[in-house]
Amino acid sequence: MDRTAIRQQVLAELKRIAPELEEGELKEDRPLRDQIDLDSMDWLNFLVALHERSGKEIPESEYKKLGTLSAIVDYLA
Amino acid sequence: MREQLVKPGETVPVGTTLALLLAPGEDAATAVRPRIAPLRPVAPAAAAPSARRRISPAARKHAEDLGVDLEKVQGSGPQAAVTVEDVERMKVPANEQKEEIEKARALNMRSAIAAAMGRSKREIPHYYLSETVPMLRASEWLAQENAKRPITGRLLMAVLQLKAVALALGKFPDLNGFFRDGAHVPSAAAHVGVAISLRQGGLVAPAIHDVQAKSLDELMRSLSDLVKRARAGSLRSSEMSDPTVTVTNLGEGGVESVFAIIYPPQVAIVGFGTIAERPWVHAGELRVAPTVVASLAADHRASDGHRGALFLAEIARLLQEPEKL
Repeated sequence: MDRTAIRQQVLAELKRIAPELEEGELKEDRPLRDQIDLDSMDWLNFLVALHERSGKEIPESEYKKLGTLSAIVDYLA
Repeated sequence: MREQLVKPGETVPVGTTLALLLAPGEDAATAVRPRIAPLRPVAPAAAAPSARRRISPAARKHAEDLGVDLEKVQGSGPQAAVTVEDVERMKVPANEQKEEIEKARALNMRSAIAAAMGRSKREIPHYYLSETVPMLRASEWLAQENAKRPITGRLLMAVLQLKAVALALGKFPDLNGFFRDGAHVPSAAAHVGVAISLRQGGLVAPAIHDVQAKSLDELMRSLSDLVKRARAGSLRSSEMSDPTVTVTNLGEGGVESVFAIIYPPQVAIVGFGTIAERPWVHAGELRVAPTVVASLAADHRASDGHRGALFLAEIARLLQEPEKL
């Protein structure tokens, strides 16, 4: 899958968890959790959804690599 | 019903057979179909002034389903009866309706919080305590545990904290239960209310029942389900009304500590701030370790600060043995 399609999927999952999210205001390279109000339960649910879409296991030790939107897309690509 | 002869919304003269019913014991395949006499078409009666509004049962049902106020619907049927189409015309577009409901819900929630918290501050003589709890063992244990688990089975630190609070309450019943009719009624079970903030504003604190008896996995499932349903607005009334204590975890927002307001008629609320790396003295040595500030706001009519302090120490002790939670 190409980056654009992955990015669309990531955004769709983010919007499902945070419906108030305005896509246009999201900065690719700024920490996601500074821009969207995600608690640890939201974060876990978001990653579970990405896991279900991509089949990637996403170990907890790699959460720190998933700080920004572009980093998440890179990780899944 | 054997056969529906007239569709909902169709206009027929008074006296028309609407449907055929089966008698008990009759079978649709074998029952004799009675002859239905065709009715002479009748001229629509002039709308007579009537004190009672005529609303067809189908229209009434439709209005209920759509949330349409029948008082505001103009009837276009015979004798100004309200028909299904009349209701349909009054339907509010779904997104507008949702917005209205959201607004009303937010307003109701604000006034419910105002009433409960106002009453708490007027009636309950709170005392407040806090303790910094080392979280190195709990963090390491959780990381090891989660490394073994698939992403769908991982635990959150909040679950360990909830379980530690519930187990500690077993030794300190004076911090668990309700204050009613001038006396504290302790509870043997710890039904722990979990403060959950809602995206549209406000918060709810529904209970996870019998937290002291649940495994960490069961608690994780309960918590995840509770958060989902709280945000979807589908909590059970028992969950809302019967927490015997509340835990608020404001660490997510990055605050160091929280001193909460007791939710009446409960007698205590426990708060956790952010788990962060902080200077920590261990065996005479200064080191950096993850810690959390646990706090207690308790009702002085039911317990004293000394008991509260022992209770917080017990939570801290329990969190040093995460494998036993």
